[in-house]
Amino acid sequence: MENHLTEITMTVNGVSVSRNIEPRVLLAHFLREELGLTGTHIGCDTSQCGACTVLIDGEAVKSCTVLAVQCMGQSVTTIEGLAQTTLHPMQAAFREKHGLQCGFCTSGVMMTAIELLKQYPNPTESQIRQGLDGVLCRCTGYETIVRSVQHAASLMSKQELPQEEEVG
Amino acid sequence: MLDVLGQPVKRHEDDRLIRGKGQYTDDIRLPGMVYAHMVRSPHAHAKIKAIDIKAAQALPGVLAVFVGDDLKDSVGMIPTAWIPPNADMKMTPHPALAYDTVRYVGDGVAVVIAEDPYTASDAADLVRVTYAPLEAMTHPRDAMGPDKPLVHQEISDNVAFHWSVGENLDEVFASSEVVVRQEFRQQRLIPSAMEPRSAVAQYNAATEELTLWATTQNPHIHRFLMSGILGIPEHKLRVVAIDVGGGFGSKIACYPDEVVVAYASRALGRPVKWTETRQENFIATSHGRDHVHEVELAGTRDGDIKAIRVKAFSNLGAYLSTAAPGVPTILFGLVVNGAYKIPQASVDVYGVVTHTTPVDAYRGAGRPEATYLIERMVDLYARKLAMDPVQVRRRNLIPKESFPYTNPMGLEYDSGNYQGTLDKALQLVDYPQFRREQEALRKQGKYIGIGFSTYVEMCGLGPSEVAGAVGFQGGLWESATVRVHPTGKVTVFTGASPHGQGEETTFAQIVSHELGIPVEDIEVVHGDTARIAMGWGTYGSRSTVVGGAALHNATQKIIAKATKIAAHKLEVSELDVTFEAGQFRVAGVPDRGMSFANVALDAYLAWSLPEGVEPALEETAFYNPKNFTYPFGAHVAIVSVDATTGDVELMRYIAVDDVGNIINPMIVEGQIHGGLVQGIGQALYEGAEFDDQGQLVTGSFLDYAMPKARFFPRFETDHTVTPSPHNPLGVKGVGETGAIASTPAVVNAVLDALAPFGIRDLNMPLTSKKVWTAIQERGGI
Amino acid sequence: MRTAPFEYHRAHDIDDALEWLTRDGDREVKILAGGHSLLPLMKLKLATPTVLLDVQGVSELKGVTMEPGWIRIGALSRYVDLTRDPTVAEALPLLSQVAATVADMQVRNRGTIGGSLCHADPQADIPAAVLALDGRLIVVGPRGERRMTLDEFIVAPFLTVLEPTEILSAVEFPIPSGPQQSVYLKRPHPASGYPIVGVAITANVPTPGHLSNVRVVVGGMGSKAYRAYATESTLNEKELSPETLRQAAEVAITEAQLSDDADVPYHSQLIRTYVERALHRLYGGVA
Repeated sequence: MENHLTEITMTVNGVSVSRNIEPRVLLAHFLREELGLTGTHIGCDTSQCGACTVLIDGEAVKSCTVLAVQCMGQSVTTIEGLAQTTLHPMQAAFREKHGLQCGFCTSGVMMTAIELLKQYPNPTESQIRQGLDGVLCRCTGYETIVRSVQHAASLMSKQELPQEEEVG
Repeated sequence: MLDVLGQPVKRHEDDRLIRGKGQYTDDIRLPGMVYAHMVRSPHAHAKIKAIDIKAAQALPGVLAVFVGDDLKDSVGMIPTAWIPPNADMKMTPHPALAYDTVRYVGDGVAVVIAEDPYTASDAADLVRVTYAPLEAMTHPRDAMGPDKPLVHQEISDNVAFHWSVGENLDEVFASSEVVVRQEFRQQRLIPSAMEPRSAVAQYNAATEELTLWATTQNPHIHRFLMSGILGIPEHKLRVVAIDVGGGFGSKIACYPDEVVVAYASRALGRPVKWTETRQENFIATSHGRDHVHEVELAGTRDGDIKAIRVKAFSNLGAYLSTAAPGVPTILFGLVVNGAYKIPQASVDVYGVVTHTTPVDAYRGAGRPEATYLIERMVDLYARKLAMDPVQVRRRNLIPKESFPYTNPMGLEYDSGNYQGTLDKALQLVDYPQFRREQEALRKQGKYIGIGFSTYVEMCGLGPSEVAGAVGFQGGLWESATVRVHPTGKVTVFTGASPHGQGEETTFAQIVSHELGIPVEDIEVVHGDTARIAMGWGTYGSRSTVVGGAALHNATQKIIAKATKIAAHKLEVSELDVTFEAGQFRVAGVPDRGMSFANVALDAYLAWSLPEGVEPALEETAFYNPKNFTYPFGAHVAIVSVDATTGDVELMRYIAVDDVGNIINPMIVEGQIHGGLVQGIGQALYEGAEFDDQGQLVTGSFLDYAMPKARFFPRFETDHTVTPSPHNPLGVKGVGETGAIASTPAVVNAVLDALAPFGIRDLNMPLTSKKVWTAIQERGGI
Repeated sequence: MRTAPFEYHRAHDIDDALEWLTRDGDREVKILAGGHSLLPLMKLKLATPTVLLDVQGVSELKGVTMEPGWIRIGALSRYVDLTRDPTVAEALPLLSQVAATVADMQVRNRGTIGGSLCHADPQADIPAAVLALDGRLIVVGPRGERRMTLDEFIVAPFLTVLEPTEILSAVEFPIPSGPQQSVYLKRPHPASGYPIVGVAITANVPTPGHLSNVRVVVGGMGSKAYRAYATESTLNEKELSPETLRQAAEVAITEAQLSDDADVPYHSQLIRTYVERALHRLYGGVA
């Protein structure tokens, strides 16, 4: 069969990108191979490991199980898009609490944890552990990841205080 | 400046990794790069009758399809690099692509090279291989014998080697007051580093140099072996591994796929990349463990262990992988007495080939298997004597005044206070209170259990003389180069090849401590044979022990030379110069001195150097350790078992480890945690299973139970510090302790909980179904 | 892993989608919703459709709407929508609860109720909820609309009555009259997270300590989720006590529908235990 190309336009880390691609190109491959955003990693074939997790319109999604063409008009955030001039609190927390060793699963774990904290801004340890069901890490034993997410929650709540004062 | 030695310094490597800027092999993109896709055998054992590549070749975008016949005259067999002595070991010729017979599901038979990975994958589906399937063997003990389907015609009984150590103990056992016998199954495990393996080869026809980026724990061993396989001299071969996403032993081996991409790049004149899928990782990346142990323990009625005897059947898979023969022999058989003063021991190991994925090192490699059997046997012995397992351990642990202690196999244990870690662990659990609670709960039909593991392990591999004596086809020393730049900044080149362990940070801490310069001014370079003199890589908890010691020695050389230069400049005798916290000072004249950076500048300017001192400030040390190191500790698991469902819940886990001096406690804790989860994973969740045809039935993360965050409580860790006298840093190594110690602690705890049912032993993993069925078989609740 | 090639089309509305499905009978057209069942199969080359029809933009398949006596849930509703939608949480708390146990957060952000039902994986959570809540699957095709129960819709593992020219558009649930209790108790597989057993129970509570209209559904075990009718009979209109719950669990074993490769004693025990524990939770809520 001929491999028809389809035009796709999406926003990746705030920048609009357009490409003509084969429709079967997975978002994870599109990010890594088309856009050179190799911080998104592929660790399995069955949507278990979560290393490829990115945010699509702000929601954590496994990019190995999404076609790039499905993201038409959507906004994708990868690990490369997290830090602006300073580290995202999640990144800072993972560094501070030794939430990574080999670093391969880390991008996906942090993207997952960002959504987790949206859902539970002050999570219990159990909520964090359950919330990490969609990621696998073979290095850390998870405990320092849990601490990192807790630390990120505390950093983010401090960060949000001034905004709340403005509103109040 | 704060002395950073012993401090939880944040990791240098994290700056790039948390930004997604790591450089893993699959991240590499080269101009003109093409992509390889392997065609693998779906059969565990079959003759290849024909391979039809026409349709694959015809697909637009396909550059080449290679099969075993194309490679067999151009590249050599993949060797094993460990030949245990006096074991009558037979080689298992391992072609990069099979050309006559396939010997496991996943054995490579062809490779497609295409302009893009999607086309390569499509074309691989078009390669038609005709097989004549044959009977397959998957179990080590069952596969032995002359009438069995053979894996290699050269090995007439599937026994690749028979290795023994120790003396004949028949009389000891015949006259022993108490003998305990038990068979254990060390199930096969899938290492499952989160980064799948990958390789990129780039051949430069003009210079005849080949660069191979690979997911390896030991680039120099790769270069050494690949040079022989490919026929490319070592000085024309460069192996690079920048960031590697975990290895756990599975990235030690030299793999067919790496040979194939190197061949293809040379043949096509294009850079070639290959990255395995997770599905391929399950079948074509080395597995771990897979032993059967028949164990006997002899002891007195009072609880003194007199002898241990082991017959082991080790499943090596279809080919002897790079380090495979050393794992069930040297790394296992020499430490079966564990932390106990057992006077006599004997071990008999049959290394058996089967039609399964090759087995090699997996975190702990041999030592978890040895620790499991001795820790389980101590519990079974205690149970037979109706003694408390802690009491039996206390009686038999090597006392602290006995160090250095020579075990029955002749190993010299460096230093230890085994009772000390046990005491500390018992305080943390409040053991008497636990037993009271256990008794009370049993009356209510609730079952909790406690399990101990007072382990010792041998690591910091190791003295090269010993490596030679035990048949390892390499040295086990390590190199370090300290290059001080004219501004006083430092680059360290290490032969260790960390892939998550954090030596970019711990090594910088060592240099910072010794040279008195900030860690930010130190860069640690690893994983590139073109930049690093030589080294043997990262495995066996050796990097800080051996590589760190090499670094210490190199740094001492720097200080010695810099002291000469400083003395010359300060116009005093070398003996009058002190060096502390980055400052050279004239003894007794506090205001006369110069900084390390200024000395470095003088060394490079070389305007006025002392007689006989060469310009520049760079030193290399090659450190060959005197001996192994022996970390130890006491681990305690507390579990509850739901007798209605067989569910095991890990309620508490206490780890008191002694890994000698600690350079970075944050990293040490992380290493212990990671090891614990892998060891507990073996006890409760993980297990590779093959069906009768040799198909891996646990071939994805949907079936193979990788531990998840919610399976675990918060770990309680503590430590004691007994420096190792075997290296200048006094460190013992920490990478494998958790995986070695935790498995028997958890299994002992579950069997303690199940004691009221009379259940003596269960095979791992202790799944709910297995536990519930065992309870039912003994009358249920 | 990579899928085989295919053509990709986006459907604008349901008529457009139906036209794509009927356009060329020789070509295998698969509907792509969240893709979390289909794409993994395609990566393994267990599914190799010629055409993927992306229905993400079809508004008729979206949303939760209340109608008199019914609540309609569009087939494209994601698990996460089911867990967060206040209407669903209020009227069908069981569906919210079940959706919250599916896989993991990332998958729940993508997978859809319609996708799960059309995939007909015996080890899925959603079918048990649909059966327990007496849902009606709305199937639209060239000949109009048909409505069916889950039992009618799912034929066998991975097989439904859906014609190649049809689309599952929504699931409609009757809004329970009177106070209803419900519970879902699941035992996830340690690796996959799929239910080894998932017990969904709904019941009306006319008076405290009594149940009526009890529906006990067992999922994850056999070839598809099934109602345990005899178990329901032991509970309907009976006075509840720990003993009746225990008896009900015993009955559940007698009507267990296990898969061919089941370990009969162990899986029977799981059914017994999970039915009894689920009933205790329900009982705890009604006593």
